[in-house]
Amino acid sequence: MVNVEDLLFLIGYTLLIIIPLLLAVAYLTYVERKVIAAMQRRVGPNVVGWFGLLQPFADGLKLLHKETIIPTQANPFLFIVAPLLTFGLSLSAWAVIPFGPGMVISNINVGILYLFAISSLGVYGIIMAGWASNSKYSFLGALRSAAQMVSYEVSIGLVIVTILLSAGSLNLSEIVEAQQNIWFIIPHLPMAVIFSISALAETNRAPFDLPEAEAELVSGYNVEYSSMTFALFFLGEYANMILMSAIGSILFLGGWLPPLQIPPFTWVPGIVWFSLKMSFLLFVFLWVRATFPRYRYDQLMRLGWKVFLPFSLLWVILTAGVIVIL
Amino acid sequence: MTLSSSQFMSMPLKGNLEEYFNIFIFMAVAFGISLFLVLLSFWRGPKRPDAEKLSAYECGFEAFSDARLKFDVRFYLVAILFIIFDLEIAFLFPWAVSLKSIGLFGFFSMLLFLGTLGIGFVYEWRKGALEWE
Repeated sequence: MVNVEDLLFLIGYTLLIIIPLLLAVAYLTYVERKVIAAMQRRVGPNVVGWFGLLQPFADGLKLLHKETIIPTQANPFLFIVAPLLTFGLSLSAWAVIPFGPGMVISNINVGILYLFAISSLGVYGIIMAGWASNSKYSFLGALRSAAQMVSYEVSIGLVIVTILLSAGSLNLSEIVEAQQNIWFIIPHLPMAVIFSISALAETNRAPFDLPEAEAELVSGYNVEYSSMTFALFFLGEYANMILMSAIGSILFLGGWLPPLQIPPFTWVPGIVWFSLKMSFLLFVFLWVRATFPRYRYDQLMRLGWKVFLPFSLLWVILTAGVIVIL
Repeated sequence: MTLSSSQFMSMPLKGNLEEYFNIFIFMAVAFGISLFLVLLSFWRGPKRPDAEKLSAYECGFEAFSDARLKFDVRFYLVAILFIIFDLEIAFLFPWAVSLKSIGLFGFFSMLLFLGTLGIGFVYEWRKGALEWE
């Protein structure tokens, strides 16, 4: 069994991942405002601190000092548990992400299944929030959000199956190692496209941000939330974006591997390559938000069920066929 | 061709209990931080409730009815379809990992399974279960 010293070390390592992650989440909100401002030829936040760099902390402190409102009609227990669940789950997924060779808290042999399970549980936070609020807007927003998330989870599942066929392992480190010769984005380019679009839908980001469609549903499932309970939903969404970028770079962009296995590239530590790939994917998230108008709900469901699902099923069969014949 | 028991035993067993204990601690810390943040806001924030502030938001007037409304049956349909396809994917996971050792027999068995599912999918497509106006 474990002794106290090991336990303290373990909690230390956990904080070593969670604290930089929380900082990354805080600065992602800042970067989003700066990037979208630059794309619309505005300045963005520039008052609090140097270049507005203290803006995320100012926002956080402001939210912390607001009143936490629990509506009288709401179910108070579920109302408080929903944001805790959303945020806690979005952090928990990071336990299995390998940042470099051997740099992982828990190197389980079913790592990708764990990630898939945790991201599926994310729906519960939203359904609970929408139902417990007892407000029409949050209820409708939660229904839409849940239907959208489960629809695109099917295509993410099939994308993962194709990667498993090529890598032959459920362990995330082994999936990265399997890309020594060629990143999976090259043989599986169509699946990489499907994955990135499904990741946008799964995290409820623009152009698939229908659950919060400001004009019709005011803000969707989190209308009734205020103060830190609202902040946890907001931060959870951004933590999920970072998680999706991490999964994307592990599955398709070779995780911590350098682009070429030759000296100038191999001198750079793996965690730097991993961060660079994640930053690129996060930039794409923001870029898409600044570029595309919102989808209509029927178009969204048609894309998920009638385009992505049959196509990715065929791709799974094709990949399996190629692997069996070779 | 199936895996003989000796082959199965020689597979490296990497996922042991300690790795899952690490996950447990990680989750405990993650949920602890969320709970801490919410409690902090309860402590720091003002508490001045009134009837208007605590009522559900509805465009400036008092709510007509409870929010536990009837809703579109298609949301149920999507949920049921999701269960079918997610289960199918759960079956595909072990198949995908072991495809190299089960060979052509494994490939064609899964093709039969996917074909059966595909017939159901075409049926619900033609019935209009995937239509949203």
